[in-house]
Order: sequence, then structure tokens, then C-alpha cells
Amino acid sequence: MSDRQEWLQWLHGLAPEATVEDAGDWIEVLLAAGALPTFTAALEENHYEFATLVVESDTASDGFVLRYFFYDPNDGVIVAIRIAAAPDERLPSISQRGHAAAWHEREAEDLFGIPFEGHPFLGDYVLHDSVWPEDVRPMRPEFDPRERVTTPGIGVNWRPRRILHQEGAIIFPVGPIWADYNESALFLLETPGEQIYECHSRLFYKYRAVEKIAENQTREQGILLAERFSGSSAFAHVWAYCQALEKIGGCDVPPRAQALRTVFAELERIRYHAATIAALASSTSLAVGKSMSQEVEERMLRLTGQVCGHRYLFGLCVPGGLAWDPGAAALATLRAGVADAAKEFARLERRFVRTSSYLDRIEEMGTLPTEVADLYGVVGPVARASGRTVDLRRSLPYGSYADHRPDVPRELEGDGYARLRVYFAEIRASVALIEVLLANLPGGAIAAECPPAPGAALAWTEAPAGGTFHWLRIDDTGRIRRWRIAPPGFRNWHAFHRALEGAAFQDFHIIMASFGLSIAESDR
Amino acid sequence: MANWTLASLVRGIRTTRWPRRDDIPPGAVPLRLDGRAGDGREYKRLEDGAASPGNAVWTFRTAHSQGPLPRRFRHSVHVRFVDAGADGACISEVRLIDAPPYNMHRFGIFITASPREADVLLVAGPVTEAMRGALLKAYDAMATPRRVVAIGDEAINGGVFGKSFASAGGVHEVIPVDFIVPGCPPPPLAIIQGLLAAAGQIDVPQAEMTP
Repeated sequence: MSDRQEWLQWLHGLAPEATVEDAGDWIEVLLAAGALPTFTAALEENHYEFATLVVESDTASDGFVLRYFFYDPNDGVIVAIRIAAAPDERLPSISQRGHAAAWHEREAEDLFGIPFEGHPFLGDYVLHDSVWPEDVRPMRPEFDPRERVTTPGIGVNWRPRRILHQEGAIIFPVGPIWADYNESALFLLETPGEQIYECHSRLFYKYRAVEKIAENQTREQGILLAERFSGSSAFAHVWAYCQALEKIGGCDVPPRAQALRTVFAELERIRYHAATIAALASSTSLAVGKSMSQEVEERMLRLTGQVCGHRYLFGLCVPGGLAWDPGAAALATLRAGVADAAKEFARLERRFVRTSSYLDRIEEMGTLPTEVADLYGVVGPVARASGRTVDLRRSLPYGSYADHRPDVPRELEGDGYARLRVYFAEIRASVALIEVLLANLPGGAIAAECPPAPGAALAWTEAPAGGTFHWLRIDDTGRIRRWRIAPPGFRNWHAFHRALEGAAFQDFHIIMASFGLSIAESDR
Repeated sequence: MANWTLASLVRGIRTTRWPRRDDIPPGAVPLRLDGRAGDGREYKRLEDGAASPGNAVWTFRTAHSQGPLPRRFRHSVHVRFVDAGADGACISEVRLIDAPPYNMHRFGIFITASPREADVLLVAGPVTEAMRGALLKAYDAMATPRRVVAIGDEAINGGVFGKSFASAGGVHEVIPVDFIVPGCPPPPLAIIQGLLAAAGQIDVPQAEMTP
């Protein structure tokens, strides 16, 4: 099915009672809440991928408008299922079949107070019960984000959920402050002694409520937030945010800016993966390998700092293009620097794959089989190491990716070694893409006018850790009404515990490092 | 089997000689330390090759600072890092302070796993509501004398996250802070300078405006 009309008809056939309309970027299906599970099941059967769930408050009715976004990875069609919910209406959960939406529903339940019928785990998610009282719903419009909630939670009376009931079984807590420089999160490992049977990942220790504090802010303040909530994948997020603004304003980004944005996004990917490779070497106590990886990571950071004046690409992307043109000399430095680093990466990879003691630690360790990765809708390099070639750069091309399709590696084993190979292969693909883009860089303006306009849009980028979706609604005064960030970690952290099942304690660090995920990015 | 040791010996020393010598490589310290969009002017300055930050000051004492640790700690300081809601860039820079290009161990600074063994608490992030208790516990577990170094704009005054129901708006709102290292994120050299100041190996000025 390539014709849009055919898609509309097909969707209409799935739910004859629903209204199907073409909303420009996506096809919107207005559905009764009861029909949701069967409709989403039909989409999943037709290999649609779940993108994100966007909840917005409906000021007219005091209720909520929910949009479940799905996309077809082969044809690039985006479908939004729109549900209007009354204030306390119970909605059916869609995460029984596939689990991709499970954490989105948990989040909506915790922050908006929308109950989902049939969801196995609700509550105690973003807002930890030990810290927050039960009735706090920060994303509701009447909640004032400036005031601290003074009512305490249940504190020390909080008890983790136990799944393993066996004599001598214990829950081994890791976090929230743990080991050397790890990010804050709590992992409760259930074990009868040596093996990890179950892991309960408790994230959101770093919840800074970006989506809430962004409300009523100007779009310039939104840029600062988009860069700073994740930091290590700042460019991917600010690019998605700017794309949303550009779609709302209907402005065209000049080709030179598109190409350079693509270059910087790939530069970020190389650096991000270098850090992951270093962390993986460090977790296996391969000190020299870690040092050498960090050296090349630092080299990428310095190169970025030299070319852009900032090591993490902050302050570069603006609505309509880039803040300034780096100029020919700086781009020549960048091209030479990336080519140089590519040689170093190749040397490093050769050393790693020839170190049998290292491979012993990562082979057949933390395996995520393809069917589990599919079930959780895992994205990014983790998915590609488990045989899932989901990549927004190819499925829903943006920037210069329509003309320059990147090579997407695919490994089938789904273990730590497969992930390591994917990281190196992605670095190679990114280096090749940067080389092609810089060799054929179009001239012309670096930015176009992008005046503020009211409206809503969905934008996306393939962040280093996987696809991310940003939904943005701007009100009549040009301020942010709703900004929904769906980070890649939302799927991958959810599937993380499945890779831990049966692992030994000392493998916990290694499996975590091999996932290459940022907690700041998913906690927001 | 790759011979890592031999490979690393052949490569030789890769560590900067800073601060003994003024050899800060280009890009090691960003020109836009706060990460805000520039108009490209700073960048032009860099292209001329004239932008070596030299012996720049990146660290400041706070108004209520206890000053550096006593003299006997000068060459042996143990640090515990606490992520109180920091962004990934900040954490990435902290991870690099003991990487070969910077190698903080040459100053006698070490990372320890437990706050009980720590002399300095290195805190990043605006202190989220969920981390408030954990940060307090870590601070209370430390033996005196102890010092707190807050790194990054978020840790100093909340930065872009400010003060809200989810963010305390800076480390000083929860525990007393002795040194601050501004920057978003502060580069590894600046973080090391903050630790050197806490160890008493260098003198730093007092911040004009402290939170």
C-alpha cells in the first residue's frame, strides 16, 4: 500500500464506526475507548511500531485527549488514535499484547491520574510512593509547579514488590548512589544467592519535571531545556524540538543547515557510542581498553569544542537552522579529525575482538532475544543487536537522511558482544555519512526565518540510544502549552530486566554498560 | 590476543601537563562555557588560534565556605560523587576526570565508593525531590572535616530547571556548599580545579554572587 488513500481506506476498514481523517503529517483515527485494544492489536499485527502516547488536558471538558501514535516502519505512515476521556474515565490498557506502551501508560496514570484497566503495574512510578503522597497529579493544569509538595510520602514504610518467594531469597539493592560515577537509579535484584532472578528497575530519581516546567515558557527557554535535560544526546533532542517548531510555523530549513544538522547529529552518535564502549570496557575491568576508548571519546569532544565552541553541541540548533555557520576552515578541521578518529576506532575494535578474556565476559551475556525485543518495542542499537532494524532515519527520514540513507547494522545474537559490534558498526556508518555530507555540502544560508505560530506537531529524531518523539503544542501567545518527550530509554530500560534474568551478580554492571542508556534522558 | 599493555606503553604519556604548564589543547575547555548560543564571535577568536584559556579560574569559594581541607589532606583526598539529577553531559565530564587525558590521580585525588570514606562530596544536578534524602544521608555519613563541591550551573542555582516541586534549585538548598564550579557542563579541567581547591593545592577567589 503506497497510496495514502488506500491507507485511509484500510484504517477505515479496521474500525468502521470510527472517523478517519488526514491530519497532514499523520492519519488521525477518532475512536471510542472500548475499541482501543482490538484496533491497536490490528496495527501491531500489521507490523506497526508504537511511537508514543501523548496526553493533553482538555480545558473545555476538564477531561483529557489522548493520542496513541503508531508508525509503519516500511511505508513511513504515521497513525494517531485519538481518544477523548472524561475526568475519571477508566481506559483500557493496550500493553497486554505488546509492552511498548506499558511505561507510557504508567507515566500517564502517575502524572495525570488516568486509570488504565487491565494494566498489571500501576502507581509508584515517576512519583515514588516513599517521597510523594498518593494524590499528587503534577501534569494536571491546576497543579502549580513552583510550590514544593509539603505532604510527605510513606517514607521508610515503602516496601519493594517481591516476585521471588523462596527460602533464603533476598532483595539486593543497588543504588540510588552507587559505585563510582553512575547515574542515580535504584535496581532491586531478587536473588536466591548467586543468580539474579528478577530485577525491579526503579528510575525517576532524577525526575526534574521538564514537561511540566516547560509549560507557559517561551520557545527559546524550551531550547535550553531540550539541550539540558539529557545533555549527552542534546543535539538529537534539540533537533527534534526545533523540527516541531518548524512544522508548526511551516518554515523551510535551508539545505546547508539540514546537511550540517545531520553532520552534528552523527558526530554526537560517534561520541555517545565511544563513551558506551569505554563504559563496557571499564565494567569488565579492561583498564587499558577503557583508557584508550576514553581517549578517543575525549578526542571527539575536543573536536566538537573546537568546531562549535561547546563540547556537547549546546547552543547550535535554533528554529529555522543553525545559530551560525562554522565556516570552511572549521569544517575542514572536523573532516580531518573524524577521519583520524575513524582509524583509531578501527584499531580499537581490532584489539577488543582479539581479546578472548574480554569476549568471555560479554559473549552470551545479557541476551535479549528478538522476540523479547519485539515484545517491548526496544529501539536503537540494543534493538539492532537483537535483530530488529528499527531506525527512524530510514523509516521516517528527516534532515538529509532522505537523500543519504545511513547503513543500519543488524546482529542477531542480542548479547553483549552483538551490541559491541553494533556500536562499532554504527560509528563506521556515521563516519562514512559525515564524510559524504561534508564533501557535498550545499552552500547558501545557514538559517531561515521561523516566526512563532500557534499549533501542534509531532517531530522525531534517531537519538544515539534510539528513536525519540517530541510532541509540541504552542498557544496563541507563542508559549509552550504542552511538550511531550518520549525518550528511547522508555523502551530499553523497560526491557533491561529481561536481559538480566539468570545473570550472575558480577555481570550486572556489564549488562548495564552494554545497553548504553542514559538515565537523565529517560527520567527527564 | 591483543597485548594491551604493550600498546599503551608504545603510545606513551597522553596526559596534559596542566596546571604545571600552560598546555591546554584546543577544545578541552569550551569557549561558551554556559552552552548558550553565541553569534559565532567566540568561534572566530578560536580560529585565530589565540584562545588558550591559560591559567583561567573556573572555581569559586562560596560566601559561607569553610575554605580548603586541613593541610594534611593536601595530597590525599578521597571524593564521593553524587548525581542529584545531573544531565548526561555533566556525568560524562565527571567520568573523564580520571581518564588518561586528565588523570586526576596525579594530584592525589581518588574516587571512593562510600561517603563514609570521603573527604569531599562532589555534587552535580539541581537536587531532585527524590534525591534530596539520599544526598542528605550521604552528607551525614561523611566524617568531618568534609567539604562539598557543587559542579555545573544546575547544582549552583538550579540552572534551567530552577526551583520547582521536583527540583530544590541548587545543592546549597539542602547541604552547605564550599566551592562552586560553574559551567554547563564544566569541562574536566574545571572539575579537577574544583577538587584541587578543596584539597588546598590552589587558591581560588570568592564568587561575587553566591547562592
